[in-house]
Amino acid sequence: MRDKNKIQRMLTGSIVPLMFLIISMVGIPLSRFSGVYLADQIVTRLVRNTFIVLSLLLPIMAGMGINFGLGLGAMAGQIALIFITDWGITGWQGLLLAALLSTPISIALGYFGGLVLNRAKGREMITSMILGFFIAGLYQFFLLYLCGNLIPFKSPNLLLSRGYGIRNALDLPTAKGFDNLLLFKIKGINLPIGTFLIIIVLCFFTRWFRKTKLGQDMRAVGQDMVVANSAGINVEKTRIQSIIISTVLAGYGQIIYLQNIGTLNTYNGADQAALFAAASLLVGGASVVNATIPNAVIGTIIFHLMFLVMPVAGKYLTGQAMIGEYFRMFFSYGVVTIALILHSWKRQKDKELERKSMRTETDHPKS
Amino acid sequence: MSATNVLLKLTNVGKKYDDNVVLKDINFSLEKGKILGLVGENGAGKSTLMNILFGMDVIAETGGYDGEIIFDDKKINFNNPVDALNAGIGMVHQEFSLIPGFTVAENILLNMEKTKSSIISRTFGKKYETLDFEAIDKEAKDAINILGVSMNTNTLVEDIPVGYKQFIEIAREIKRDQVKLIILDEPTAVLTESEADILLGSIKRLSDIGVSIIFISHRLREITSVCDTMVVLRDGLVVVECPVEGVEIEQIAKWMVGRDINTQIEHSANSQRIQEEDIIFETKNLWVDMPGESINNVSLKVRRGEILGIGGLAGQGKLGLPNGIMGIFESGGEIFFENEPLPLNNTLEALKRGISFVSEDRRGVGLLLDEPIDWNITFNAMQVENRFLKSYLGGLIKIRDDKSMRQCAHEYIDQLEIKCTDEKQKARNLSGGNQQKVCLAKAFATNPKLLFVSEPTRGIDVGAKELVLNALKEYNEKNNTTIVIVSSELEELRSISDRIAIVCEGEIYGILPPDTEATEFGLLMSGEYKINEKGEKIWLR
Repeated sequence: MRDKNKIQRMLTGSIVPLMFLIISMVGIPLSRFSGVYLADQIVTRLVRNTFIVLSLLLPIMAGMGINFGLGLGAMAGQIALIFITDWGITGWQGLLLAALLSTPISIALGYFGGLVLNRAKGREMITSMILGFFIAGLYQFFLLYLCGNLIPFKSPNLLLSRGYGIRNALDLPTAKGFDNLLLFKIKGINLPIGTFLIIIVLCFFTRWFRKTKLGQDMRAVGQDMVVANSAGINVEKTRIQSIIISTVLAGYGQIIYLQNIGTLNTYNGADQAALFAAASLLVGGASVVNATIPNAVIGTIIFHLMFLVMPVAGKYLTGQAMIGEYFRMFFSYGVVTIALILHSWKRQKDKELERKSMRTETDHPKS
Repeated sequence: MSATNVLLKLTNVGKKYDDNVVLKDINFSLEKGKILGLVGENGAGKSTLMNILFGMDVIAETGGYDGEIIFDDKKINFNNPVDALNAGIGMVHQEFSLIPGFTVAENILLNMEKTKSSIISRTFGKKYETLDFEAIDKEAKDAINILGVSMNTNTLVEDIPVGYKQFIEIAREIKRDQVKLIILDEPTAVLTESEADILLGSIKRLSDIGVSIIFISHRLREITSVCDTMVVLRDGLVVVECPVEGVEIEQIAKWMVGRDINTQIEHSANSQRIQEEDIIFETKNLWVDMPGESINNVSLKVRRGEILGIGGLAGQGKLGLPNGIMGIFESGGEIFFENEPLPLNNTLEALKRGISFVSEDRRGVGLLLDEPIDWNITFNAMQVENRFLKSYLGGLIKIRDDKSMRQCAHEYIDQLEIKCTDEKQKARNLSGGNQQKVCLAKAFATNPKLLFVSEPTRGIDVGAKELVLNALKEYNEKNNTTIVIVSSELEELRSISDRIAIVCEGEIYGILPPDTEATEFGLLMSGEYKINEKGEKIWLR
């Protein structure tokens, strides 16, 4: 019976990615994309998004679910990039400096987020989401009114024509700073090895971190706060630390994302970051209590494959371009919803099964 | 007993919650490497005593304790469990405090992991040292070996059978540096006989290497077979402290429950009205999945017009019985009411057929806390029987009949002496005892043929207790309503019931008349024997 459970567990783990892979496979011929174009696009998306998806792993390990508050980190990254742009530093050096500059902002925001989430145990996901909206307001206030007003800016072309407030869209002189480091082109597919190396380093960091004392504490806290507490682990502090690390990584992730795109959508560039990252991770077969590096990488590939293919397929199917856009939103919100429902349903089933098995055990005690 | 050999000594320890004395003048001592058995009924003060020893927050929060505790030649007063752990006291709780997704080894060394330092950890601090899984595994194996059991330390705890989980917890306590005393709170409660035997063996081995142990169990046979000395608590007092050698189990049972061997049981046996063959309600192979109070297999017959008491220790399943029958927790098997089968897991149907239930969860299940008294009293009758409603347009529109609701509420407020400003007072603002009376009134208002009452006197003061019990008895006598009353307090059951069934390990171990000697009840509760339908004793241990 235990073996059967294991097979079942494996199936429920991989059924979500399989389902979305099949949907994409049906969509590919309909979209009339060439293989090379698709491959190139997927590589680009992988470079762009994997880092930020990976930043979700630690809070899940610490039992706090998906950190929808990673927008906080994204905002920190964007603020850092705006300053770097103003200072006129370009290339990968500019990006490194932006990362450095974003770190203290992320730490401060992450600490605040962690404090809030510690007061909302068991409701972390919705709390972090609303917290993200709240901080977005502060972020906009900062950029719209303080920048150019209280905070002097050297380059007036970054500011709105009224003299203060950052413009809606900025071209980043640091664009492709990491991508161009070791760029190879094989059969029409661009391979930015430099950025991939950064992502691989993060994978190794995550693997190493799980094995540290702090990582072990996070796992313990994530599994059972009461037990961890009675073993002398500082639960609150550990949870805050996981959110801080996640926020800092999200800041770096957003910088990598933006250097690939090349332009910054100042006021709503961070809005969808958390949603798309969460959807990618869940499509990869993760749940809100268990997520791995393969979940993140595979999920990013499948989610963006679908993201590319479905709107175009929808366009050709219906003859209307707008429909395609609906498809995107429909799918990404749908994925998150389904994954959350499936998860709580499964957890309830597991509990029932567990109690049932205990009952049969006591019905026929082994002696 | 040489003074140097004493590890733990309690002198005049007492504890009050508000004005409620739960422990008084507790004196006993424990030598190094000895096992002390602690015995007592529910509510005798065992948990409070253990909470004091282990420095649980609840003690300090409620004003600390009286008296003096000497541990290892030092006077102790722990502020929190971590102090206790540091001093060398380990505690194994009744509920497992293990992390299911961790391996056995990870659990044993939880927050005591062996680590390797690296360049990163030297710069950023100890928290960034990587775990040394080999060393962790070795340490865990050592601890398991001391206990004398074999277990794969790399298995996840969720895949480990229940019987072995206790060992993991004990192993964790051993691993703490300088553990001198381990408190085991009913470690065998969830174990089968053979598993318990292995555990007892492990306890012996621990004491052989010099660790002192306080062993709490309701299985008296285990106390006599493994302990050196024993302490019996009753109503917050130490009744007996003596060496175990030569003590009979019957004697312990008597000490445990026997507060009233001499008190007269005032019981007007109404056996004339009750006929043995007139069965109003019957269960066949009933199981109930109520967490912590599950019922495995109960076949029980309830006679028309009787008051049937159901007793037993906490966690054995007595609460599961009424909750399962009323469909509040998932259940299976068969139940019959007035010789007709009654569907399980269907609360409405049970209520419609004339079965009512006063829940032990007064504030959760029993009452609508933010509604007035009269609404609470008439609520079930209105929902189930469409009473207290005025009907218009041929029943198309139904409106509350406030006048008759008020009348009914007044009736019960007078009859049960519910202390309140008026019938519009919110249930939340009533005292526990008065809330309980409202619950009873609510059940009475449906005119039940069969009434289940669960823990009717829990958490209410003595005066109210008496009133509640009298109300039940009166109601039974006046309306010939069959009442099944579940209670942890044996005395209460003995004062009101016609028969008392004792639930142990999810089954009925026996049904006795209320005037049976307390010892018999005590032995039955601790599962020493079963009594079959013919009244023969089957010894189990």
